[in-house]
Amino acid sequence: MTAAIELRGVGRRFGSVTALEQVSLAVAPGEFFALLGPSGSGKTTCLRLIAGFDRPTQGSVLLDGEDVTATPPFERNVNTVFQDYALFPHMSVADNVAYGLKVRGVPATARRRSALEVLGLVQLEELADRRPGQLSGGQKQRVALARALINRPKVLLLDEPLGALDLRLREEMQTELKTLQHRLGITFVYVTHDQGEALSMADRIAVFREGRIEQLDAPRVLYVRPRTAFVARFVGSANVVEAHVAARLTGEARPFAIRPELIEVLVPAQPVRAGAITCEGRLEDVQYHGAASRWHVRIDAGPVLTAARPESEPAGQMPAAGDRVLLAWSPESAVPLVEGPPIP
Amino acid sequence: MMRVLSAKLYGRRGFYLALLLLPPLLWLGIVYLGSLLALLLQSLYAIDEFTARIVPELTLATYRQLLSHPANVDIILRTLGMAVAVTLAAAVIAFPVANYMARHAGPAMKGFFYVGVMMPMWTSYLVKVYAWRLVLAKQGILSWFVDQLGLTPALEGALAAPVVGGPSLASSYLGMFIVFVYMWLPFMILPLAAALERVPDSLLQASADLGARPGQTFRNVVLPLALPGLAAGSVFTFSLTLGDYIIPSVVGAPGYFIGMMVYQQQGTAGNIPLAAAFSVVPIVLIGLYLALAKRLGAFDAL
Repeated sequence: MTAAIELRGVGRRFGSVTALEQVSLAVAPGEFFALLGPSGSGKTTCLRLIAGFDRPTQGSVLLDGEDVTATPPFERNVNTVFQDYALFPHMSVADNVAYGLKVRGVPATARRRSALEVLGLVQLEELADRRPGQLSGGQKQRVALARALINRPKVLLLDEPLGALDLRLREEMQTELKTLQHRLGITFVYVTHDQGEALSMADRIAVFREGRIEQLDAPRVLYVRPRTAFVARFVGSANVVEAHVAARLTGEARPFAIRPELIEVLVPAQPVRAGAITCEGRLEDVQYHGAASRWHVRIDAGPVLTAARPESEPAGQMPAAGDRVLLAWSPESAVPLVEGPPIP
Repeated sequence: MMRVLSAKLYGRRGFYLALLLLPPLLWLGIVYLGSLLALLLQSLYAIDEFTARIVPELTLATYRQLLSHPANVDIILRTLGMAVAVTLAAAVIAFPVANYMARHAGPAMKGFFYVGVMMPMWTSYLVKVYAWRLVLAKQGILSWFVDQLGLTPALEGALAAPVVGGPSLASSYLGMFIVFVYMWLPFMILPLAAALERVPDSLLQASADLGARPGQTFRNVVLPLALPGLAAGSVFTFSLTLGDYIIPSVVGAPGYFIGMMVYQQQGTAGNIPLAAAFSVVPIVLIGLYLALAKRLGAFDAL
């Protein structure tokens, strides 16, 4: 099957600054693909190259197997939902949504009908005659979505579409977007710096760091088997144990990551499961987070490790800050890491 | 003492605001609007033909005199025609410049352009007008330059045209038009650049993203959003041309303009009411122009 989007060795330089370097990826038709990374990591540049707002200084961009590297945005069959929504302030909601049809020469009555239809998709028909200035953030976001969908694009690009919304609305829109994507069967490319959003929505995630893809995998793989310390820390939280500490704990001088929820906290006298890796330390503090508490323990080998345990644990007498505790985890919970470039 | 006063003022927002606004309001009210009303009142008086005295009785006789003389109507139409032509030309020339300043120029280039656009305004207006008379003269630098380009026949052709032509650029409406456009161009560029700067790049990208070619993006997005700036700039160029009396008396054909009539009527002729009536004409025309612009939706995007 031809990939809906393919980047081949794409690079983008701005003068002496490299925004993107040697990025290659292929997005399957109908896939929900997330570009995840901190700000300045190149994910938005990557999206702009796919949309055609910018051209790569290296490599090529293919849509549906066709090289579009030099094709202007108005000739590409992709549409974008912008971070600031980019609604035209001088047009009504219906005219905004119908814009893609207007520039293609569709007559006024037909495009109004289509606009109302697409607005129905996002439950906003009754606001068709308002101006964007009269809408709330969530409504603007839906209008932007409807406007991007009216041309029936094969690929929808979303640039931090939920970034400006408050938490509850964001969660609501996440579900809605996912449902919509299923229903329409459109390929989504979704830029976000929110790892939770990427994990819960995407089929696959490309984690960007300093203009390169650090790891490209399904969310589950990314979480369970992060390849580098950067991915381990950026996707969910993780304890990254450096090589020299690892040597003291396991005898093998290779860095590894371990998720807080996979570390058990015991009082020194408690029995330990056979084969478990253990280390002793001093409890620094316990942060209450509702469903789970986070235990910060400075282990004798040096660093502070965080363990996340349900409220009910550990059974028996609660250790207090300053007490000696024992941390334990099974060897397969620790994910060996590739020594990546140092994390600043 | 100061603290007590500050606390008092802070508590009474309305009073505080009134205190701040009083001086500018007095200025605006008395100096601006007051003199304008005085002017309007003058235009409703008439001059006694025999004594050449102003009769302080309300009458429309002066306006009748203004509009019933074909020569006066000619002057109004001539001035209006020039103002419209200057405004259109200024808009067409200013748009690319303003667009470059607002969207494409880097910070250093932008500063350079702003200074460059405003610099001509730092020198004396009279110096510039007289300089232009020399530039446009028959043996002037412009005709020399046109000759170097081998375009003299084209220039002669333009000067041979009826109404706008004349013996030389310096003594034709064409030359006057050039000087007007030069003088008022900054007043068009600056508000236009300010309006274009407020249009976010993402709107243009969204337009292209939805399939609009650059020309369609310009018509559907850039132009409507630039209209308030265009309207502001054109009010400047339009009203400045309507009221000017120096350029028409230094450069161009001998036909009278509104400003010259005002100057002459209140000076040599001593007919203050007619001068006042003449100066009401631009006010009315600009009022009509603004009403039309509002009708056409120039301020919808504000």
